[in-house]
Amino acid sequence: MKQRYERPLIKKLSAGPLNKFGARTETQPVPDIDGAPVKDLLGEFGSPLFVLSERQLRRNYQQAVRAFRTRYPRVQFAWSYKTNYLNAVCRVFHQEGAWAEVVSGFEYEKALLNGVPGPQIIFNGPSKSRAELERACALDSVIHLDHFDELYELLDVAATLPRRPRVAVRVNLDAGVYPQWDRFGFNLENGQAWNAIGRIVGSGRLELVGLHCHLGTYLLSTKPYGVAAQKLADLAWSCRTQLNTPIQYLDLGGGFPSTNTLKGAYLPGTDTAPGIDEFAEVIADTLQRAGFRQDELPLLVLEAGRLLVDDAGYLLGTVLATKRLADGRRATILDFGVNVLFTSFWYDHKISPAGDFSQHTEDTVLYGPLCMNIDVLRESVNLPLLSRGDQVVVHKVGAYNMTQWMQFITLRPAVVLLDEQGRPHRIRQAETLDYLQQLEEMPTHLSPSAPGTSPTAGGRPSQATTRP
Amino acid sequence: MKLKKNIATSETGFIFNPATGDSFTANALATEILQLLKQDRSPADIKTLLLNRYDVEPNQLEKDWDDLVAQLRDHQLLD
Ligand SMILES: Cc1ncc(COP(=O)(O)O)c(C=O)c1O
Repeated sequence: MKQRYERPLIKKLSAGPLNKFGARTETQPVPDIDGAPVKDLLGEFGSPLFVLSERQLRRNYQQAVRAFRTRYPRVQFAWSYKTNYLNAVCRVFHQEGAWAEVVSGFEYEKALLNGVPGPQIIFNGPSKSRAELERACALDSVIHLDHFDELYELLDVAATLPRRPRVAVRVNLDAGVYPQWDRFGFNLENGQAWNAIGRIVGSGRLELVGLHCHLGTYLLSTKPYGVAAQKLADLAWSCRTQLNTPIQYLDLGGGFPSTNTLKGAYLPGTDTAPGIDEFAEVIADTLQRAGFRQDELPLLVLEAGRLLVDDAGYLLGTVLATKRLADGRRATILDFGVNVLFTSFWYDHKISPAGDFSQHTEDTVLYGPLCMNIDVLRESVNLPLLSRGDQVVVHKVGAYNMTQWMQFITLRPAVVLLDEQGRPHRIRQAETLDYLQQLEEMPTHLSPSAPGTSPTAGGRPSQATTRP
Repeated sequence: MKLKKNIATSETGFIFNPATGDSFTANALATEILQLLKQDRSPADIKTLLLNRYDVEPNQLEKDWDDLVAQLRDHQLLD
């Protein structure tokens, strides 16, 4: 039996100052996900491959709900579809009790197809067509208004309806988050939000049921949530006292961080991100003190996205090649790129080898397979000596990748869900050329049968005719 | 291909170049190759030996060998 091979490496020892945190390498091998061997998964479903852990999805959801319910009596989560709208993922959250939060017509239809009743769909976002508004009204969903043009359009729609459509107002406010997301909703501080509320209530055609804000994403401080909860509660109080319109729910949006490490961050996300209990504490505490009677506390709606799904997702892949760059640095080329792992633009994703390795490591830049200079997954990461064919696991990729991925140069890979017993179920097939071409159409003058399109008919001979 | 004469190598993978004061660590395979080079074995000889001993394809070894030579040259360890 031959010995295991590791390619030869020589590393210069530097006498420079030691990293204050010691050598932080990411070299723990990860041979399986929830007990399913990486090797078998890639063998059965191909490489690269997204893998989602149902166990982790449910654990995250239950933990988040518990964090809020133990501090506030009335809590409802709405699954933010754009974070990951693979139907299997949505259904896991709906089974756990989540409503749906959608921001487009097709997301809305997806939620219906996933069995979510109309009244449990929150329709957010700046772009809702008239037909989409009509459909949402007919099915009694809550429309979160984003701007005056939409408000007037909806008033117009409502004029013909027997029942008042239910609406909430998306508010943007100064909670100390910079940059402030003031492009969505109505501004609070300049009176726009109050103006919108006045129109809604004054019209008599819409039922104002909620107030909403979403401060940003991946917020690393709990404080803005306290400020936002206070401002929304004050606004709700004004609705009640000045307009005789009690607000049924306050929606604090999402934005809670996962434990990924933001690019350029000094410390890994696991060390810096507050836990969901800390966010829940600030929000619940603020609302409990806002002056509502215990039996008239508004429902607290949350639209956590990445918090619930990021660490339940893995991307498995394979080393295509290693090479040395002009300046001597090692480069490793993987079979997935930024087209598939979109979040590598924001995160320094943790990546682990699937197989066993010696303690020797080297710094390497990680490239994807695209013939494009931007295709860099990690600028520099310390890894064991990878060689062609070695398999790797990228961690915490569940949020925003399986929706923002691009079919660009390479096709999008399959996605597998590991059920609670660790058994794999394919929930999305790998794309094929056929799938890619399905939507293309050919003008007749470019069809193969059209006159003049045969390669031999014109002046340019095809290769086939010139070869002997 | 020859290592510089005065380069000190240990069995644990420690390399010292007294001319420059630089020191290096080598992993097991690099250490083994350096020892063989010191015994004046030819590259072809060493490669055959390694192919018999390790679970590696000839192409892979060839590529990694060239890379090792480049590393040795970069670090000025070759004559
Ligand atoms: C309105 C709204 N709700 C919820 C979310 C989910 O955000 P996150 O994944 O940061 O929790 C977003 C994302 O931007 C959003 O725009």
